[in-house]
Amino acid sequence: MPATKLSKASQDQASRVFDLDVSSLRELNQALHNLTSGSNETAWEVLHPKGSHSVAVGVDQPVSIDVRGSVGYYCAGMNDGAAITVHGSAGPGVGENMMSGSIVIKGDASQYAGATGKGGLLVIEGNASSRCGISMKGIDIVVHGNIGHMSAFMAQSGNLVVLGDAGDALGDSIYEARLFVRGKVESLGADCIAKEMRPEHIELLQGLLDRAGVTGVKPSEFKRYGSARTLYNFNIDNADAY
Amino acid sequence: MCGIVGLFLKDKSLEPQLGSMLSQMLISLSDRGPDSAGIAIYGAPSKNEAKITIQSAKPDRDFRGLDAELAKAIGATVSIAVKSTHAVLRTAPDKVDAAREALQSIRPDVRIMGAGEAVEIYKEVGLPEAVVDRFDVRSMTGTHGIGHTRMATESAVTTMGAHPFSTGADQCLVHNGSLSNHNNVRRELKREGMTFETENDTEVAAAYLSSQMAHGKNLGEALEGTLSDLDGFFTFVVGTKNGFGVVRDPIACKPAVMAETDQYVAFGSEYRALTKLPGIDNARVWEPEPATVYFWEH
Repeated sequence: MPATKLSKASQDQASRVFDLDVSSLRELNQALHNLTSGSNETAWEVLHPKGSHSVAVGVDQPVSIDVRGSVGYYCAGMNDGAAITVHGSAGPGVGENMMSGSIVIKGDASQYAGATGKGGLLVIEGNASSRCGISMKGIDIVVHGNIGHMSAFMAQSGNLVVLGDAGDALGDSIYEARLFVRGKVESLGADCIAKEMRPEHIELLQGLLDRAGVTGVKPSEFKRYGSARTLYNFNIDNADAY
Repeated sequence: MCGIVGLFLKDKSLEPQLGSMLSQMLISLSDRGPDSAGIAIYGAPSKNEAKITIQSAKPDRDFRGLDAELAKAIGATVSIAVKSTHAVLRTAPDKVDAAREALQSIRPDVRIMGAGEAVEIYKEVGLPEAVVDRFDVRSMTGTHGIGHTRMATESAVTTMGAHPFSTGADQCLVHNGSLSNHNNVRRELKREGMTFETENDTEVAAAYLSSQMAHGKNLGEALEGTLSDLDGFFTFVVGTKNGFGVVRDPIACKPAVMAETDQYVAFGSEYRALTKLPGIDNARVWEPEPATVYFWEH
C-alpha cells in the first residue's frame, strides 16, 4: 500500500528544523504557537523526539510538520489546520480533540487515538490500539491496520475507517458516527449494529480513502456499522440494567 | 501512574551492562512516579549458594557483625555485602528458612526484601536516580531485571510499600495500576499460609502468583490466572529465576510498550524508556494486547 501523501511542505523552501536533542520541547511548541497567519515558515521538521510527550500540540496555522521518530503521549493534540506527519509510532492520545488539518502516523498508534476529535483527518498507517476514536465528534480517522477494543465508544459524529480488523465492543453507545470496517469485528458494543452500504456511503468512503492516500482497496469491501438509536432515550423497560 | 520497566537479555555479551541499561530505562520514567523506586536484578544463579536481600532503617546498627551472628545461629557460613540500607546475605540454599527465622530474633527490625539463587532486590523512597545511585545499580550484571517508579495510590509511601514485591524464591513483580479485590484475595492466601508484610495491593498480586506456581503452574499459567482472579487495573511485569513475563488486564488502560531484538526483550510503560537501547530503531516494537500473557524463559 503506498504511503499517505498529505504533507504539503513546499519543496523549494528549507524546513525550520528543531532537534529535540538540542532544543527543549517547550521551545519547539512555543515557536509553533508564535506562528501567525501568513507566516513564511510553513515547513517544520522535528528530530529525535524519542517518545517525548505533547510534541506539536495546539498548532493553529496551516504549516507542515514532519516528526522524525516515535512520540509519546498527546502528540498533535488540538491540531487546528496543520499537516503533521509522525515518521514513527505515537503514544496514547495522538490527535486528541483535533479541530482541522491532518495527522499521519507512519507507524502504530497507542490508545485513544483521535479521541473527542471535532474535525480534520487522522491517518494511522499501522495499527491503533484500544479506544480509537472514543467520543469522536466530527473527525475522520483512517486506520490501515487493526483497531483495539472499545473503539468509537460514544462516538458522536465523523467517520472511522478501518482496513483491518476491529476489537471487542466496537461502537459501544454510539450516536451518529459512521464506522467502516473491512476485516472482522470481534464484537459490537451496546446499540451498535451493522448497516446497509448505500450509494452515498460508497461515495463517502471512496472520498475518505482517496484523502488518506489508500489505493487498491474498494469501498465495497467494507461493512458499515452505526447506531441502532435505541439508547437515545431512557426506556423504563431497561431500568434493571442501571 | 507509576512507571515500570523490564529487560530480559538473550545476548550474553550485554549481561555486564544490565544494571546500567535498566537504570537508564527507569530514570527516563521518573515523572511517572516520584515517591519511591526499586529494582530487582537476576545475576547468574548458583546451586551452592542462596542470596537473601535484607533492608534496615538503621543499617549501621543492624548489619554490623550480622554475618557472624547469623552463621552461629544457623550453623552454616554466611557472608554479607552491604549496600546502603540493604545488604545481601549469602549462605547455603538449605539454610534460607533457618536464616529467615533467626533474623526475626537476632535482628527484629530487619526486613527481608527477597531471596533466591539469583535475585537481588533494592528499593527505597525517592526518585529513581537517587535509588539507582544509592545502590550502585548501574554496575550490576545479570541476565534479566525489572524496575518500578511509584506514584502511590493504595498504601503508604514507605520502603516496604515500594516495588518490586517478592513473595517466593527468585520471584518478583512490579505493577502499574490498582487492584480492587486485594483484601479478599489476601484473606484467601493467608488461609493457605502465605504471609504478608504490607497492606499493599501489589504484594497480593505477587503472593497470588507465588501461590499458583507453588501449586505447580508455570509462569505463563500463573499469569493467565490473574485475568480471572484479580479485579482491577493492572499491567504486571514479573521475574522468575530464568523467566520474564508481562500481562495486562482486559481493559488495558495502563500503558505498555515492548521491544524485541536478537539481543533482548524489553518492556516500558512508555516508549521513552526504550529509546536508548541498542538497535531500538530496528527492533520489533509493539503494544502488548489486553488479557494476553507474554513470557520468555532462558
